[in-house]
Amino acid sequence: MAETSVPTPRRAPRARDLKAMPGFKTIGWACIFALYMPLAVLIIFSFNDNRSVVKWTEFSLRWYEAALENDGIRNAAWVSVKVAAVATIFSTIAATMAALATTRTAAFRGQGLAYGIINQPLMIPEIVTAISTLSLFSLVKQATGVTGIGYLMAAHTAFCIPFAFMPIRARLEDMTLTLEQAGADLYATPWQSFRYITLPLLMPGILAGAMLAFVVSLDDVIITLMVAGPGETTLPIFILGALRRGITPEINAVSTVLVAVSVILVIALFLVQGRMKK
Amino acid sequence: MSSRPAHADHQAQDRRNTISARSLVKTFGHGETRVTALDNIDVDIRENEFFTLLGPSGCGKTTLLRLIAGFELPTGGTIELEGKDITALPPHLRPVNTVFQNYALFPHMTVAENVGFGLKMLGKPSGDIDARVKKMLSLVQLEAMANRRTDQLSGGQQQRVALARALAPAPKVLLLDEPLAALDLKLRKNMQLELKSLQHETGITFVFVTHDQEEALTMSDRIAVMRDGAILQIGSPKDIYDRPTHRFVADFIGDINIFEGTVESTEGNQAKVRLRDGETVLARMPEAGTSAGSCALAVRPESLRIAGPGEAAALEGTLENVVYMGAAHNLHLRLGSGEELVVRHGGSTEGIDLSPGAQLGVVIAPGGARVLA
Repeated sequence: MAETSVPTPRRAPRARDLKAMPGFKTIGWACIFALYMPLAVLIIFSFNDNRSVVKWTEFSLRWYEAALENDGIRNAAWVSVKVAAVATIFSTIAATMAALATTRTAAFRGQGLAYGIINQPLMIPEIVTAISTLSLFSLVKQATGVTGIGYLMAAHTAFCIPFAFMPIRARLEDMTLTLEQAGADLYATPWQSFRYITLPLLMPGILAGAMLAFVVSLDDVIITLMVAGPGETTLPIFILGALRRGITPEINAVSTVLVAVSVILVIALFLVQGRMKK
Repeated sequence: MSSRPAHADHQAQDRRNTISARSLVKTFGHGETRVTALDNIDVDIRENEFFTLLGPSGCGKTTLLRLIAGFELPTGGTIELEGKDITALPPHLRPVNTVFQNYALFPHMTVAENVGFGLKMLGKPSGDIDARVKKMLSLVQLEAMANRRTDQLSGGQQQRVALARALAPAPKVLLLDEPLAALDLKLRKNMQLELKSLQHETGITFVFVTHDQEEALTMSDRIAVMRDGAILQIGSPKDIYDRPTHRFVADFIGDINIFEGTVESTEGNQAKVRLRDGETVLARMPEAGTSAGSCALAVRPESLRIAGPGEAAALEGTLENVVYMGAAHNLHLRLGSGEELVVRHGGSTEGIDLSPGAQLGVVIAPGGARVLA
C-alpha cells in the first residue's frame, strides 16, 4: 500500500475569496482610473486660472463666474431643468403604472410581450428614435400648426419611460403580494391598499426611477438636437455648440456643475433609501 | 372526563354556524396541469369555536382558508358567513381577518399603526382607534412596544402584533395560517396556550390551519382532518384520537399500531377479530357499518402493556428494540405474523426481560382495540 497520509499544507489555508486572487487590486484600480480619470482632468482644469485646458497655472473660480454671467448658458440650463422636470414627472407616472400592470395583475396573455415592448426603446439606436420622432412631430406640426417646447418635453417623456420603469419594476418584484393581501384582509379597498401599502413601499423604487429619468433627460443630445426648436437649446446642446469654437475652461466649469448635480442626486437618493429601509 | 353533562353536546350542536361551506371545489391550472386542491368540501364551523384544519402539506387546508378569506375564488360551491352568501365577495368586504404564516406586518408602520390599520380603513374616528389599539396591545402584552418599528421585534413579538392587528377590528372569524410554525418549541408551547385563552376572552371563531397534530389536539374544540383536498373526519380532539373512523386519521394523529384481520363474529358493538398470526382479539366496532370480512384493527401503544406473570396475554411477540422515552419505554415487538407492534410501557420495567429476542405477552386495555371503518 502506498503512503496514504494527508499531505501537510505548506501555507495557512485561505478563504476562497475573489479579493484574494492575484491581480485583483491592480485590475480594480485600473478600472477606477479608466472610469474617473477623464472626469478628474475636466474638474481640475475647470479651476485653472489659465485659458488653456492642458497647462495648469493657478487656482481660480473665474470660469464659474463667467459661466454664471453667460446668458446663453443660463437660458440653456433653465430649458434643461424645465424639460427634465416635466419629463421626469410624466415618465415616472407612466412607468409606475406600467410596472403595476405587469406585476400586480393576474397573469395575462402577452405579459412578456408587454414587458419587451416597454423595454425595446433601450435597444433601438437613439439616432433612429430621434429621426422618427422628428418625422412624426413634423407631421403633427404641419397638421395642427401648434409649435412650442411641448414637443421636446413629450419626446423626453417618451424616451425616459423605460429608464424609470426598470427600478420600479425591480422593486415591485421584490415586494411580496402578501402585504397587499394583508391590507385587503384588513378592509382596505384596492385604492386604499395602493395608497397606504403599495405606494409607500414602492417609493424607493419610484425615486430611483425618477432620478434615472431626470439624469437621462438632462444629458440627452441626439433626440434633443433633432426635436428642439429655436430658443429651446438645452445645456448639452449649448456645450456641443460652444465646443465647435474649441474647449474652454468655461465649458469645463459648466460640465463640472452637471457632474455635481448628478452626484448630489445619487447621494440624496442613497440617504432617502437608507432612511426608508431602517 | 365522562362527568360532562349529556346535554352539552346537544347545546354545541344547536350553536349557530358561523361559516358554512357547501360542495366547495377549487382547481388550479388548466388541461393536463390541472390540480384539484379542494374536492367537494362540506363543512360547518360553529359560532365561538376553535376549529382546526389538520393535514399534511398539500392536503388543501390552506386553500380552504384562503377561500374563506377571499384571496381565492372557488371553482364551484358556496361559502356562507352567518347565513349570508359571501362566495364572490372581495376580501375587504368580509368581516374576516387573517394571521399570516409569515405575519405580513407592514414594515413602514409602527406597531400601533399596524394594529390600528384595519380600524382606520373602516373609517373609525382616531380616538376610538387609539383606545382600541391600546386595548389590543395590552391583550398581547406589547403596550411598551407601540412606537417600535416591526423589524425591531423578536419573532414571538411580531407574532403577537399580527394577532393584535387581526383581532383589533373584532372580526366574526379569525383565520390563522400556521402562525406558530416559525417559532421555536418553547415559544410555540406558550403561544398555543395564549391563543386558546385569547379565543376564550374574545369569543371570536378561530379557524386554525396546522400540520402539527399535537398542536391541533392541544388547542381545538373541533378538528377537521384533511387529505388530498377532502375532509376525512370532523370531531373533537378526543373523537379524532379515540374514535378515528378512517385509517389515515388513525395513522396521522398520534402513534398507532394497525393490523390486518378478519371479523369473525360481532356481538353488540364488540367484534371478534382474527389476526394474521391466528390469534383473536376483542375490538370495538365503528358506529357505522358492521360488515364482516377483512378489516383493519387499530391499537394505540399506550393502550398496551406487558403482561405480568401468570396474566393471560392477548398478543405475543419477540422483543426487537427498546426506546427510552423519559416517562415511558417504547417496546418494539415483532408478532408471529411479521407485523410490528409498539407497546408504550409506562412505569417500572422491573421483572420484565428486556433482552433482545425475549418472548413477551401483551395485554390490551379494555376498549383499546378498534376496528377501522
